[in-house]
Amino acid sequence: MSAARRTDAMAINTDRREITPSLAGRAADSLHRFFDGDVYYSFRRSPVAMVAFAVTLVLFFVAIFAPWVAPHNTDDVTTLNLMNARFPPWGFTDPFGTEGVARFLLGTDDQGRDIFSAMMFGLQISLMVGFASVILAAVVGTSLGLISGYIGGRLDSVIMRIADIQLTFPAILIALLIDGTVAGLLPRAVAQDLKIYVLILAIAASQWVNFARTVRGSTLVEKNKEYVQAAKVIGVHPALIMIRHVLPNVTGPVLVIATLSLALAILTEATLSFLGVGVPVTHPSLGTLIRIGQQYIFSGEWWMTIFPSLALVVLVLAVNLLGDWLRDALNPKLR
Amino acid sequence: MAEAVQARQPEGDAPLLRVRGLAKHFDVSPPFVTRALQGGGRSILRAVDGIDFEIERGKTFSLVGESGCGKSTVARLVVGLYKPTEGHVEFDGVDLASLATRKAMEPVRKRMQMIFQDPFASLNPRWRVADIVAEPIRTHRLIDDSRDVLHRVGELLEQVRLSARDGEKFPHEFSGGQRQRISIARALASNPEFLVCDEPTSALDVSVQAQVLNLMKDLQRELGLTYFFISHDMAVVYHISDYVGVMYLGRLVEWAPAEEVFHNPQHPYTRLLLDAIPDLEMTGRPRQAVAGEVPSPIHPPSGCHFHPRCPFASDRCRAEVPPSLPRTGGQVACHAVEEGRMPDAGNSA
Repeated sequence: MSAARRTDAMAINTDRREITPSLAGRAADSLHRFFDGDVYYSFRRSPVAMVAFAVTLVLFFVAIFAPWVAPHNTDDVTTLNLMNARFPPWGFTDPFGTEGVARFLLGTDDQGRDIFSAMMFGLQISLMVGFASVILAAVVGTSLGLISGYIGGRLDSVIMRIADIQLTFPAILIALLIDGTVAGLLPRAVAQDLKIYVLILAIAASQWVNFARTVRGSTLVEKNKEYVQAAKVIGVHPALIMIRHVLPNVTGPVLVIATLSLALAILTEATLSFLGVGVPVTHPSLGTLIRIGQQYIFSGEWWMTIFPSLALVVLVLAVNLLGDWLRDALNPKLR
Repeated sequence: MAEAVQARQPEGDAPLLRVRGLAKHFDVSPPFVTRALQGGGRSILRAVDGIDFEIERGKTFSLVGESGCGKSTVARLVVGLYKPTEGHVEFDGVDLASLATRKAMEPVRKRMQMIFQDPFASLNPRWRVADIVAEPIRTHRLIDDSRDVLHRVGELLEQVRLSARDGEKFPHEFSGGQRQRISIARALASNPEFLVCDEPTSALDVSVQAQVLNLMKDLQRELGLTYFFISHDMAVVYHISDYVGVMYLGRLVEWAPAEEVFHNPQHPYTRLLLDAIPDLEMTGRPRQAVAGEVPSPIHPPSGCHFHPRCPFASDRCRAEVPPSLPRTGGQVACHAVEEGRMPDAGNSA
């Protein structure tokens, strides 16, 4: 009996050496679990999600590698030639009889920039502003929601009232306020450089509330579950309980909101840039391009505004569809 | 602090846990604005309304009663998840209320653990079992080397009849009984001497219940554990307890050694509970159900809380709260028992 037990124990000892996993092993394991998992399965079953994902991927790729992919570096002012201004797209003729050339596939704008290239660079700016503001909003919102829900009491009331007040200000108003303040306080050149950060801050400010409220709600549910109480009985520090126990269990909705917010952030950025609060004309985003183009739409030079608008619509639609699918895929009740 | 707690250990005769006049009231009033508009004052839910008991070292004390009578609240008060409204919980002579900070609480935390009712909610679904079981070890820095921690986790898993390799899995890969054993392994990880078990078997199949209960009994024998066991299942309680306390609507109506409670129940509520146990000999015969439901603890009945359902209630029961009086091996709080109005406890169990 005892001999049998000893060999048993030895067998288990060798096992134990195996269960000490390397980091790479864990990563491969979690990757494996992802492809085995429900989310990937639901992805494979949804053509809409796959198309949206492909479109998003292409747009991301184009945006990230714009300096290498674009036929014309529109960021480099020295390459611009006003003689090239306002060419129609290739294969079209404008109201004044100018014919489009293959060099400018989608035509040029009023400064001789190739619209096709400008859109790629614009996409880059739009996506960067979108991502930066959503990440900022997600980090701030998730932290505040977690603290608010877990600690509760007066702190919860204070944070949630701030959130309520925040909701009454539209992003445009916040952006105008911050923009105006920055422009008034700082020299013009500095303010111009800061514009993109003002934009990110303004959009993030209008979006953190969604994260905070959702995370707070999920936290209220999770904190009463017994595994959190078990951690309390063990004597785990509240901050650690929040980060290691509650946070991993509330990230599902955060991911969904982040995706949907990305689309909204890109739209808000476009709106603000269209109104002139956004990024400077020298580095136009999609919204800025639309604003430049709309001045010429009545003279029949439609391409300057239509193509950037189309790109914006496709991008926002793809990201939104992806977010919608993700929401359904992560919602166990819809399975 | 740690030395002070350790120094007390040798005096073995003193009870490990002593609960004095313990009460927990919850404020369940509607919000201030609603109260101002619709009138009506605060409403206080008296979940636990002044109870006293003691648990000896190495013994099992069970608390039984219907749903909503405050059993789980007592468990949470004992481990410090709730702060008592009144009264004291003394663990090994140390009043838990005197340990205000988390740091001061730490030496007690190591020695006292809890097993929860729902094996599906009590394990973090995103953690590997090894990490779950190692949490008390890492929190209290009981073992420094990470390989030694894993080794210890393996031992613990084997102690609850699981394999050391199970540590690599996630909780959802286990059945309810296995999960409950993981819970037990986690509770044992910091070498506690006192376990609070809040209905640990009520979510399990009967066959698995027996497994878990036997495991708990074995562990008690091997490790000299003291159990505070909460249950509504009289059969489970009979199987595991040394002492049994019967709770009704926030009050302890009777407590005594298990044999006494089951074979010589004094309080009419205890008798009703015992009569309600289904058993094979009674199959097919009509049984007397416990009449009525537990009244709301927000508006409890006057006097003895049990009087509206009690067949022996008198005017005195309706007016006066019965004091706890000694009975064989324990205490009982009943006017009828005091006045000798009760018929003999006959064939109840």
